[in-house]
Amino acid sequence: MKLVLSLLLLCAPFLLSAQTKTTKTKAPAPGMAASITRGGLVYKQYCLSCHQADGGGVPNMNPPLSKTTYVTGDKTRLIKVVLNGFIQPVEIDGESYSNNMAPHNFLTDQQIADVLTYVRNNFTNKATAITAPQAKTVRKLNKK
Amino acid sequence: MRIKAWRYLLPMGVMAITTLYALKADNSVIPDPDNAGLKMPDGFGALLVANIGAKARHLSVTPQGDIYVKLAKLKEGKGIITLHEAANGKATVTGSFCNYGGTGMYIKDGYMYASSNTEIFRYKLDAQNKVIDQENPEKIITGLKAGRQHETKSLVLDNDGNIYINIGSPSSSCQIQDRGLHSPGIPGCPLLDSAGGIWQFKANKLNQTYKDGIRYATGLRNIVGLDWNQQDNQLFVMQHGRDNLNSSWPELFDTKQSAELPAECMYALKKGDNAGFPFMFYNQITHKKIISPEYGGDGKKEADAKYLEPTAAYPGHMAPNGLLFYTGKMFPERYRNGAFIAFHGSWNRAPEPQKGYCVVFQPFKNGKPSGDWEVFAEGFAGIDEVKSPSQAQHRPCGLALGADGSLYVTDDVKGNIYRIIYTKK
Repeated sequence: MKLVLSLLLLCAPFLLSAQTKTTKTKAPAPGMAASITRGGLVYKQYCLSCHQADGGGVPNMNPPLSKTTYVTGDKTRLIKVVLNGFIQPVEIDGESYSNNMAPHNFLTDQQIADVLTYVRNNFTNKATAITAPQAKTVRKLNKK
Repeated sequence: MRIKAWRYLLPMGVMAITTLYALKADNSVIPDPDNAGLKMPDGFGALLVANIGAKARHLSVTPQGDIYVKLAKLKEGKGIITLHEAANGKATVTGSFCNYGGTGMYIKDGYMYASSNTEIFRYKLDAQNKVIDQENPEKIITGLKAGRQHETKSLVLDNDGNIYINIGSPSSSCQIQDRGLHSPGIPGCPLLDSAGGIWQFKANKLNQTYKDGIRYATGLRNIVGLDWNQQDNQLFVMQHGRDNLNSSWPELFDTKQSAELPAECMYALKKGDNAGFPFMFYNQITHKKIISPEYGGDGKKEADAKYLEPTAAYPGHMAPNGLLFYTGKMFPERYRNGAFIAFHGSWNRAPEPQKGYCVVFQPFKNGKPSGDWEVFAEGFAGIDEVKSPSQAQHRPCGLALGADGSLYVTDDVKGNIYRIIYTKK
């Protein structure tokens, strides 16, 4: 029994790297697909009324979620938008957006990870997943 | 021989047709073959006057065929575009001026009035209704508050030298956390002292600020479409109702209720009126004034009866951006003194399909709404059902009356200027 366990432990790095490889060649990893599915539900409940079903947003008011580095770029900045809301002037592709977004810090770390992974992989976006530990870290730093 | 005859006949025929066409096209205003993409009741047609490639908000048309259009956002550094119409109704841009974006535009008694989001200017017109000095307007009002939302200043004048300005609420429902989940209302909503209402100023006095004006009516979230009703000698306004009933209060309102409610209300205002924002909203289905959830409401409890009753109510979130009482003579009798309303189109109805993106007609009789409203012009969006606002190709915004009774409509997505005419003899 002990032997089996230690063998498994020894093999773990190889197993993990094998998994990483499949992630690179085949999208998305099972974990990510599940996160996207869960994220879709969070999106529908808390985001869709403003950012719309197609992520197109509302001209002059609510920013679109497609083809913007706000969504596909820096993960920390994106997590902070969810946690703190967004009430400052912003210009995206020469257009400004004026509606206030309320903080969504009531979402759990997992919900934030899921919904952001969803928007980063929808509306023609293709970007890496955001994980619950990443959301947790940003939330912690955000408080300081 | 045959060929020879054709040689003469063909050019003659072409010439005759061309001449006929030219006569018709050049000397009368006729609808575009596709009515500029719009659908109207039988007997009406539409033409695309021009496309100015800018966010066209409110406009004025002079009897001399000049069109002044206020732009939300500067185009090549300018915020007002001028056009002149040819005899066939098609217009070309003749110039542009002013260095501020905004919405308000109105001509009255020899002056053109225009607004930025914080100031109101006026320009003296010559006998031909042309702006005399484009570079040096008189600044009549300054220092008005402008939030990030509902920041535009619509304006209209009465017949006694007063100008009425909308100052919109900088928040959706005066919540502690704007649009927040379960966020309560700020007690007493102190922003109403300088926003969320209509202010009255003198039209001819320079550099007026809040202290020179009167809070004419309060409890109005945001007004974009407004007009002076000449029959009633009274100000009428169209309110943009609050958003997010479901997203802020999911236990009280489901997504379907949140799409329909609250009503977009028409109010006939008198000095001192209070329409109740943010403490209540109007339910157009039950015809009741309901306490806002931010101020202790449960979606059913009725609000204090003291708040102003709407004159008419329309489905939620359609965003009335233009109001015009039809005083022209071109349209049939039933349209006279009735109200045209340009609904910019909704966004806060999602996940339900969006609504609006049309010009509505509200019949009036003796200065009061009489009968149900009806869609008058539609097709602006270019698609049958708008699911998401960014799909809309054009969105109606401003309305103006031409000297001949034509109805002009602006589009603030791509800058189309439409002219709707009655063609039945």
